Amino acid sequence: MASPVLPKLVGQRVKRREDPRLIQGRGTYVDDVKITGMQHLAFKRSDIAHGRIRSIDTSAAEAVDGVEAVFTGAQIAEFLGPMPIGTPFPSPDHRAVASDVVRYVGEPVAVVVARDRYVARDAADAVTIEYDPLPVVVDPEQALTGQPAVLHADFPNNAAVGPLPSGTGASPKAVDDTAIDQAFAEADVVVSQRMVNHRLAPTSIEPRGVVAHYEPGKDAMTIWSSTQNPHILRTFIAALTGLGQDQVRAIAPEVGGGFGSKINIYGEEYVAAALSKRLGLPLKWVEDRSEAFLCTIHGRDILAYVDLAARRDGTVLGLKLRLVADIGAYNMLLTAAIPTLTMTMASNVYAIPAIRATLTEVFTNKTPTDAYRGAGRPEAIYFVERAMDMLARELGVDPAEVRRRNFIPSDRFPFKTQTGAVYDSGDYAKALDRALEKAGWEGLKAERDAARAEGRLVGLGLSMYVEVCGVGPSSGLPTGGWEHSQVTVERDGRVSATTGASPHGQGNETTFAQMLADQLGIPMEHVRIHHGDTGVVKQGIGTFGSRSQAVGGAALHLAGGKVKKKMAKFAAALLEAHEGDLVFENGTISVKGSPSSAKSFADVAGYAYRPVKLPEGLEPGLSEEAFFEPSNNTYPFGCHIAMLEVDRDTGEPRLLKMVAVDDAGHLINPLIVEGQIHGGLAQGIGQALIEEVAYSDDGQPLTGSFMDYAIPRASDFPRFELESTVTPTPVNPLGAKGVGEAGTIGSTPCIVSAAVDALSGFGVRHVDMMLRPERLWRVINGGQA
Amino acid sequence: MARVSITVNGRKRSAEVETRLLLVHFLREQLNLTGTHVGCDTSQCGACTVLVDGRSAKSCTVFAVQADGAEVTTIEGLADGDRLHPLQEGFWEEHGLQCGYCTPGMIMSAVTLLHDNPAPTEQQIRDGLDGNLCRCTGYQHIVNAIQHAAASGSGR
Repeated sequence: MASPVLPKLVGQRVKRREDPRLIQGRGTYVDDVKITGMQHLAFKRSDIAHGRIRSIDTSAAEAVDGVEAVFTGAQIAEFLGPMPIGTPFPSPDHRAVASDVVRYVGEPVAVVVARDRYVARDAADAVTIEYDPLPVVVDPEQALTGQPAVLHADFPNNAAVGPLPSGTGASPKAVDDTAIDQAFAEADVVVSQRMVNHRLAPTSIEPRGVVAHYEPGKDAMTIWSSTQNPHILRTFIAALTGLGQDQVRAIAPEVGGGFGSKINIYGEEYVAAALSKRLGLPLKWVEDRSEAFLCTIHGRDILAYVDLAARRDGTVLGLKLRLVADIGAYNMLLTAAIPTLTMTMASNVYAIPAIRATLTEVFTNKTPTDAYRGAGRPEAIYFVERAMDMLARELGVDPAEVRRRNFIPSDRFPFKTQTGAVYDSGDYAKALDRALEKAGWEGLKAERDAARAEGRLVGLGLSMYVEVCGVGPSSGLPTGGWEHSQVTVERDGRVSATTGASPHGQGNETTFAQMLADQLGIPMEHVRIHHGDTGVVKQGIGTFGSRSQAVGGAALHLAGGKVKKKMAKFAAALLEAHEGDLVFENGTISVKGSPSSAKSFADVAGYAYRPVKLPEGLEPGLSEEAFFEPSNNTYPFGCHIAMLEVDRDTGEPRLLKMVAVDDAGHLINPLIVEGQIHGGLAQGIGQALIEEVAYSDDGQPLTGSFMDYAIPRASDFPRFELESTVTPTPVNPLGAKGVGEAGTIGSTPCIVSAAVDALSGFGVRHVDMMLRPERLWRVINGGQA
Repeated sequence: MARVSITVNGRKRSAEVETRLLLVHFLREQLNLTGTHVGCDTSQCGACTVLVDGRSAKSCTVFAVQADGAEVTTIEGLADGDRLHPLQEGFWEEHGLQCGYCTPGMIMSAVTLLHDNPAPTEQQIRDGLDGNLCRCTGYQHIVNAIQHAAASGSGR
């Protein structure tokens, strides 16, 4: 009986293999991990934004029944070194637990070890701290005056980095201003605007958490963490606890979302590991939501002075971008590097002949910032796209047309921008055309005008984006920018594969299995993908920068190719054929042209593990690994269009239509890609409309819970309308670019442009996000935004 | 301390509990039913949603002692043996989840949503999910999942 023909799976909407356990409540997240004898940590945190610790009294906490120990920052400093960073920028001393000065609300000051989380919390509340308050600064431009507060003595005027010119990374050099000055001198039109890309909270629904288990008998540590990159966690935990990397096993179990915030290695993880080693006890800490708002990194918070110079025909001649990034109180792992991406991506999809971008990073008394979905690119695209929209309005040209006139032509790739990025491939006009068609742009304009004639405030916005994904290569990342995979064909013909791209919702168990099933010609059910455990996955970097498919998938593809090649040698020996003539499909390996000469995949696998006659030059077994080092980043792009209505009476904006055309190169699983884009859109729209981390002038967070910080609900959105174009990348063998951040990057500016369009009758050129009803109401009622 | 007796997923469970113990912690810590999650501390996110006497309830806002004598269904008890509940099928079929953390609460809320309105419109589904937050999906595939379940007659 002929075996059924297996369908090709790559490119198909395959249902996820992760789901059966997750929809039945059988996934294991970090808070589900229990170990005999496990104790719980709770942190006492600063409730002021800036102050010197005068005294700490832990006696009441120690007296609480069930408390094992209480440690102050000073005690912890005796055995735990400063928090490491992962960028080459200078960084002030930063401790997991503060011992002298606190610099933001939520900074840890003491930690309790106790029997259960209720007792630990009681005891933390019982720690009494006296502070000598210091002046507080929360406005980044004010902070740069050095008044009224300087956070770190070695950083005068709170300047953490810069000003840096673009394209220079960590080592500023003299910049030639001739070209940019000439561009502005020749311009017919210059649009200038100060814009704020405000502070956000990543808010994965699973808060952070860690279980650290040092076993004295083994002199080895196992650490479970809700992390995007267990291998990087292992590296840093080993370094800070004085263990070798061979002595630390890091496990990312199910991870309930990250959005960049779980790249970091946080103080709580270092403390849990260090205390577990010191006490010889398994320890758990799980963040609660209010802690998440205070102590998990924030994202964005960059303001820009944007000047765009153009000819009357819409040709852009030059762009000046002066950036001030409010990075909060300390550098975390990648903090200082994130805003440099805003400079790098300042050319967007346009062939701008002269660009001058400069960046200053500033310390303020707020939670540190770091990578949040998009990480530097949403800011760049927002600033440039808002300026392009203002230019279109100034010239009276359709916003689609002014963009089209400045596109990098599709035949000019690879294209090096004035800010040093080398775009791999692109066809921006195709994405624009597809989006205009999908949205029915001309029809929408008529609809908008008709609504306006009825007195309704309806607006349209359009944005183009290109972003940088597939992070590496290694030259750009202190951890290395490769990814690793090992593919093993087991004795029974089943396949186990590992990936260092540790997922947190991306569905790699599905997409990677689709790829291997096709590559080896076997059923997907016979392939299992292992990830998230450094004890199983030999090497890895992790999942961030939309890299898991473009870099991790490529490594898997290479390892799969290697094992297939070796298997072909065994099959060739068995079939007395030339290995180049073999076909892997439908679970068999056959000789091209003579299908009756075939062996089952499982039989060849079995032979490889008992090679009665070992082919010359071969070792037994079928297990091959590959590191993939990309030659460049990938640069996905797209066009997003929004239609929005502002309520004339209340100022409330309502999103009516959202169209997204995205080009991420080849797609492995369009169903999963859609999900990624939907989620990205939701976060990008959330930023424009309802999300904002706010502080009072004295540094008190005003958005400390889901009651104050609004993340979008289902009722906030219309049905998203998606389409894709496919422009493969040449930098990896899959042609896949990555899609995790696209939706977030493209959506935000077109929402704001739509709001400005809706209010254009009131003479407004720009409104800063978030588009709170009050702000829009003021525009409608003759005030400033 | 107080003695509670709660029927969870059809099994009667009795325990001595602190009166301040939240139902969610009773389920997770004492019964090891860790499918019910905690995502906030102010009752907004809905990750902890279970059924109490057949109606969805946020188990982070109920003390275990308040559930004394009640029947509680958690995500682990929703399927009929090996046969998934239509909502579980819908979430799988329509890619209604990514990280999966909000999913148990989302599904348990949707049970009540469809019970009350077996044939909801899309807007009614979106409004009905106001007590549940998802940060991954943008909700569109969740809406599809609930429509999928509704079409299979889940609420009837």
